[in-house]
Amino acid sequence: MMRVPHDDPNDNVSRRSFLKTAATATGGLVIAMYLPACSKPEEAAKATGPVKQIAANAWLRIGTDSSITVLCDRSEMGQGVYTALPTLLAEELGVAPSSIKVEFAPPGKEYINNLLGGQVTGGSTSVRDAWEKLRMAGAEARMRLISAAAKDWDAPPQSCSVADGYVVFTSRRKSFGELAEAAAALPKPENVKLKTRNEFKYIGKPQPRLDTPSKVDGSAPFGIDTRLPDMLYAALAQPPELGATVKSFKADAAQGMPGVKQVLQTSSGVAVIADSWWQAKQARDALQIEWTPGPNAKLTNAAISAGLKTAASGKGKQVRKDGDAEAAVKSGRRFAATYELPLLAHATMEPMNCTAEFRDDGCHIYVPTQVQQIAQGAAAQASGLPPEKVFVHTTFLGGGFGRRLEGDFIPAAVECAKAVNKPVKLLWTREDDMTHDKYRPPARNTLQASFDSANKLNAVQIHLVAPSITSRWFPAAVANGAIDPFAVEAAHNFPYDVPNVYVDYLQHEIGIDVGYWRSVSHALNCFTVESFMDELAYENKMDPYEFRRAMLDKQARWQMVLDTAAKKAGWGHAPSGRHQGIALMGGYDTYLAQVAEISVEGNKLKVHKIVCAIDCGQMVNPTIVNQQAEGSIVFGLTAALFSEVNIANGRVKEQNFDDYRMVRMHESPEIEVYVVDSTEKPGGMGEPATALVAPAVCNAIYAATKQRIRALPIAKQGFVV
Amino acid sequence: MIKLTINGQAQDVDVAGDTPLLWVLRDTLGLTGTKYGCGKALCGACTVHVDGAPTRACVTPAESVAGKSITTIEGLSSNRSHPVQQAWIEMDVPQCGYCQSGQIMAAVALLKQNPKPTDADIDGAMSGNICRCGTYPRIRKAIHRAAELGVKEGG
Repeated sequence: MMRVPHDDPNDNVSRRSFLKTAATATGGLVIAMYLPACSKPEEAAKATGPVKQIAANAWLRIGTDSSITVLCDRSEMGQGVYTALPTLLAEELGVAPSSIKVEFAPPGKEYINNLLGGQVTGGSTSVRDAWEKLRMAGAEARMRLISAAAKDWDAPPQSCSVADGYVVFTSRRKSFGELAEAAAALPKPENVKLKTRNEFKYIGKPQPRLDTPSKVDGSAPFGIDTRLPDMLYAALAQPPELGATVKSFKADAAQGMPGVKQVLQTSSGVAVIADSWWQAKQARDALQIEWTPGPNAKLTNAAISAGLKTAASGKGKQVRKDGDAEAAVKSGRRFAATYELPLLAHATMEPMNCTAEFRDDGCHIYVPTQVQQIAQGAAAQASGLPPEKVFVHTTFLGGGFGRRLEGDFIPAAVECAKAVNKPVKLLWTREDDMTHDKYRPPARNTLQASFDSANKLNAVQIHLVAPSITSRWFPAAVANGAIDPFAVEAAHNFPYDVPNVYVDYLQHEIGIDVGYWRSVSHALNCFTVESFMDELAYENKMDPYEFRRAMLDKQARWQMVLDTAAKKAGWGHAPSGRHQGIALMGGYDTYLAQVAEISVEGNKLKVHKIVCAIDCGQMVNPTIVNQQAEGSIVFGLTAALFSEVNIANGRVKEQNFDDYRMVRMHESPEIEVYVVDSTEKPGGMGEPATALVAPAVCNAIYAATKQRIRALPIAKQGFVV
Repeated sequence: MIKLTINGQAQDVDVAGDTPLLWVLRDTLGLTGTKYGCGKALCGACTVHVDGAPTRACVTPAESVAGKSITTIEGLSSNRSHPVQQAWIEMDVPQCGYCQSGQIMAAVALLKQNPKPTDADIDGAMSGNICRCGTYPRIRKAIHRAAELGVKEGG
């Protein structure tokens, strides 16, 4: 099991002291991540054959042949950073994004995500973090290239401009390649001016994704595709019971199987190393392992639910307090409801894997990761090398969704490579992946409300009960009683104009690890809050859209998306036999509303259409925004309809896609996405649309059947899909 | 030794006969475009063509396809010129991209059999392929578009 190295006086602090933290006043998480070792800034010139690569800054290399390479410091897991981030830089540099070559950046100080404090791809932060930073990097490089050319020509720099890889002055022009070396030697320019919105040539316009060509011909290199000379393959037996450990094992049968090179106990189980992965996997299945049960030996999902229920009678930590909701909910016409959410798996299509290789200069890992520094730290710990001797090569990710914010699959690969002194690719099976995830936290949330004598909503009290991911993933961030900001999203920012609002969060741990899962607590709390708002609307005999709309007078952006979704969906005018449900959310600096249109015949549910209205501020690439909205909706629909991880005797029951069902083509609804034109700063789009699907669909089911779904998944509530 | 014909090329591979075709392609021959997703023919990420028929390579023993003609994503075209690849690019289908080789191979097989598929035909042929990123709406559009392109190409 991988641990983020943290302050430990007995440890080598210079190496291990890694993370410091502070929760800001607004509840946003700021993690100051001390980079143990990171790679030095790119060497000034990197020789590759006759063409020299000149580093203009941490993100940009200009070749003497005028080739432009942008280092992408976020991981591409489908969300489009491989295109969106280079576009920001290209815009200011005056080159077409399509002319750029993209490489993934190594771990490095320059690459820290200022919104998260580490080199992390998560929290739908990539564009928000890069928005000024990468445009600035492009503009600075542009100014230097212009200065170098102007100097050469003895021309006024303000009369020079850039176009398609050249600096141009009257009829003269010089290529970026010719100027790169001189430009790099110039001091950092002052008074850098960024383009204004109406000067954008690429930003805000649909651009083809730069990774698409390699993803239609099978050539895009994912982690699982890594191939190194003399490479061996490994399969890993992990304890079926989460938290159990190896007591003893018999490897005789496995050792004698074809291709098997070595059987090795690792920090996370027993690995078989062989000439091919299939041989390794066959031999792994032949291992006889006795496990020592751990603290979860008797854990069941019924026990987890019961634990949450018992805990819920307690009082949590205050997240928000407007007026005095605790008193106000006790008077007037009252309403209360409890909502329950199950554990969920990430189920990325590419199972966890890592390839490790020891070379003279240290340990190289080829890994689909969302956290380069954590990967580096995990491999350092496993190899016994200092982090500066671990080189992280980020591949494409076959899905991330938060699963690859973990480093748990890395150490065993490193241990194997070290044992055989050859490159080793360690790959989990689908079953390994399903049964050894860091699952989305379950939750049991109780809400109370009261109406005043004029039938106006007077008080809302939101009591959130769930385990905290951050307390494991990054304990320092929630030290000294700080509330896990990733547990209270979409509740803390309750947008409705209600005089008395109280939100509290009660952390209740369940014995197994929980992890960040696309949209994190937004998904839990949006289901909770937006289901409850729907219940209140009906309780108050009001239309669910009108009920919400009447309490958003001071919330222009929320109002706009709610109105847009209702209008585009033809709210109130569903075709005969169909029913609608609505949901609203703000998160990641983005505002969204969704209307789901469904039908129910007998117990057969069909989701026909989901209309989504979005205000995500300034878009970088509308194509990617639309893709992310569509994809998030399908992702959220799978969770709403089907997903649930069950535990018995500390073991996860679900194994593969036959018992952990996914929405497929024939179940995928029609999706309409409407993006509101906005000049606000960019909001995140990788996650938020996921969270509204469950409440929108459940609210539609209520409209159709008067059956209120207060526990997910829907398929467990008597509906067949 | 098993004799396989892959993307038009005859190959002798030295693997146990029950080794799934998927691992022969990926590990023995280095054709990594075909992906592992489930190992049980549940997700379609490993879809290849065996004598033109869409086949789950993860549950297909290598010896069972000896002498047959196998096509992988790498053999579809040398330059992404296949109408399905063109349509996929035009419709901006891929997100993470991991399942797309399998999706494309399934779509190619569908169109070969049924050059003008309806939405119901697409549902029928494509529901064995999971996309966790949720690219289904674009896959649907791209298949219709490929049908148009295919018709044009065929004159």
